[in-house]
Amino acid sequence: MKLKLTNSASYFTKRIALYVTLLIVAATFLLPLLWMISTSIKPLDQVFAADQSILPHVVSDDGVQRTVSPFTLQYWRGVSNYAIDNYKGAWNDPIAEFPLYLKNTLLITLLSVLGIVISSSIVAYGFSRIYWRGRNGVFLLVIATMMVPFPVLMAPLYVLFKQLGWIGSFKPLWVPAWFGGAFSIFLLRQFFMRIPKQYDEAAMLDGCSRWGILWRIILPLSKPALAVVILFQFIASWNDFVGPLVFLNHQEQFTLSLGLYMYQSQQGATPWNLLMAASVLVILPVLIVFLLTQRSFMRGITARG
Amino acid sequence: MLRKFITPKPADHVGIQTLRGLIWVSPWIVGFVLFMLLPIGMSIYYSLTDYSLLEAPVFIGLDNYRELFSDPVFWISVRVTAIYALCSVLLSTIITIALAVLLNNKLRGVGIVRAIVFLPTLVPLVAAALGWMWLYDGEMGLINNLLAKLSIDGPNWLGEKHWALLSLIMMSLWQVGAAMVICLAALQSVPRSLYDAANIDGAQPLSRFRHITLPMISPAVLFNIIIALIWSVQVFAVPYIMTQGGPEDSTRFYTIYLYENAFVYGRMGYASAMAWLQLLTVLGLTAIILRLSRNFVHYRIT
Repeated sequence: MKLKLTNSASYFTKRIALYVTLLIVAATFLLPLLWMISTSIKPLDQVFAADQSILPHVVSDDGVQRTVSPFTLQYWRGVSNYAIDNYKGAWNDPIAEFPLYLKNTLLITLLSVLGIVISSSIVAYGFSRIYWRGRNGVFLLVIATMMVPFPVLMAPLYVLFKQLGWIGSFKPLWVPAWFGGAFSIFLLRQFFMRIPKQYDEAAMLDGCSRWGILWRIILPLSKPALAVVILFQFIASWNDFVGPLVFLNHQEQFTLSLGLYMYQSQQGATPWNLLMAASVLVILPVLIVFLLTQRSFMRGITARG
Repeated sequence: MLRKFITPKPADHVGIQTLRGLIWVSPWIVGFVLFMLLPIGMSIYYSLTDYSLLEAPVFIGLDNYRELFSDPVFWISVRVTAIYALCSVLLSTIITIALAVLLNNKLRGVGIVRAIVFLPTLVPLVAAALGWMWLYDGEMGLINNLLAKLSIDGPNWLGEKHWALLSLIMMSLWQVGAAMVICLAALQSVPRSLYDAANIDGAQPLSRFRHITLPMISPAVLFNIIIALIWSVQVFAVPYIMTQGGPEDSTRFYTIYLYENAFVYGRMGYASAMAWLQLLTVLGLTAIILRLSRNFVHYRIT
């Protein structure tokens, strides 16, 4: 306290320097996303214009060539017209089928989330509420599998799924989730370990089976951990690119990520405004989910460390 | 400690209890065998064969490995991946620590900035890649536009072989958010009393950082380094979308070459040999880092 009082001048310059750094950091990390949004609401001629600004120009349509000020309603009406043109144009572009991609992505994501929650809960119960010999050794193996890079498995998994007749179906993308994920098992196990064992004992005295204990006692108590598991699987399935790239082969099965990639590679010239509009649409659901669940999200990440 | 938590009932036979446990974790065991152990085993076998997917694999011994070691593109891909991994891990570690220290200050709006730094890690890789392709665009891209304002003539970032890899490394630094959050959590668990004690001893900020902060967060830093290394050794989606390995192989990453062999040239055996070497590399590097870290990482004794 004494130090602060005597050095108040240097204390203030330090605070100001900190705030300036903070601002620069925020701007740097936000700029790519802002620029994507900015491009997605511009008409193509402005995208390729020499003078580029974050906000699009709106030219008044009363015959006179003059730029409308951003502080008027007319300006924002103009901008929203640009935006609607681009977003509708990308979404309904005949060379892609984004509504269908959305349906596919939702289906795969839903099945994966359901699978990971059910299977990881059961497995985590086995790793936390039952004591058996070799348990910690097997659990260590679960953790170790997180280190195996997917590319290592890519080629042989393709062969395996081909022999099962799964290539060209959604199965390679969601069936594995029904066998538990290492991260979800880890997270749920850590959470289950903290629930007092007396709950189990009391339930067992009342004639409840272990199966019943898991569903009626443990899981209702573990909602925060389950939320993190659901979130992470949602993001993983929604964002997955390599899986769909390797295992899907018909356009009508594409997911949003794969469809977006194909959309970009099919566009001869690059209508960046449409590409950015499509990208923003793919990012949006993830962004919304993140903003709604920020707190449990951050908790999930630190649990990994 | 675990043992005390859930005590086996005396009536239960150890064997029955073990069986019960195994039944509960059996979904994972089946999945592990089916989707990990089996493919890894298959890839060992395929790596010793000539296998085009269209015909049955033909055993050729170590020919794939021999061919790999004399394949110039293979060595290019190793080099590209090594440079990327080294630069990306090194730079992202430094930036992660710096950001975490900055965002650990009690400042107004610091929570929002934390979220902003974290946000890019959530962006689907395809969307991120497209966004950065646009930023890096040689003529119309924002980066060159901003450089032009400073009278600097920016290069065609992704289109020139001296710049493409660097561009990808810079982009990878945009996604340090998750590591930053882990680092931040470690910083927040450093006991205040240590800093108070150091202040009484008259320690300067830099030496406080060097002798208290750094040792206390070293386990988190180690964890971040290992994860970043595993990720950067297998990087695929972003360069595959942004540069397709070009220009002139300057971004032909290991996994891109592996993917091309497997799914473009239809050489499953050759690709399996690459996959197998990649797995060994990841395990080897992790072991080396863990070993080296013994001298640097400080684990709190609780």
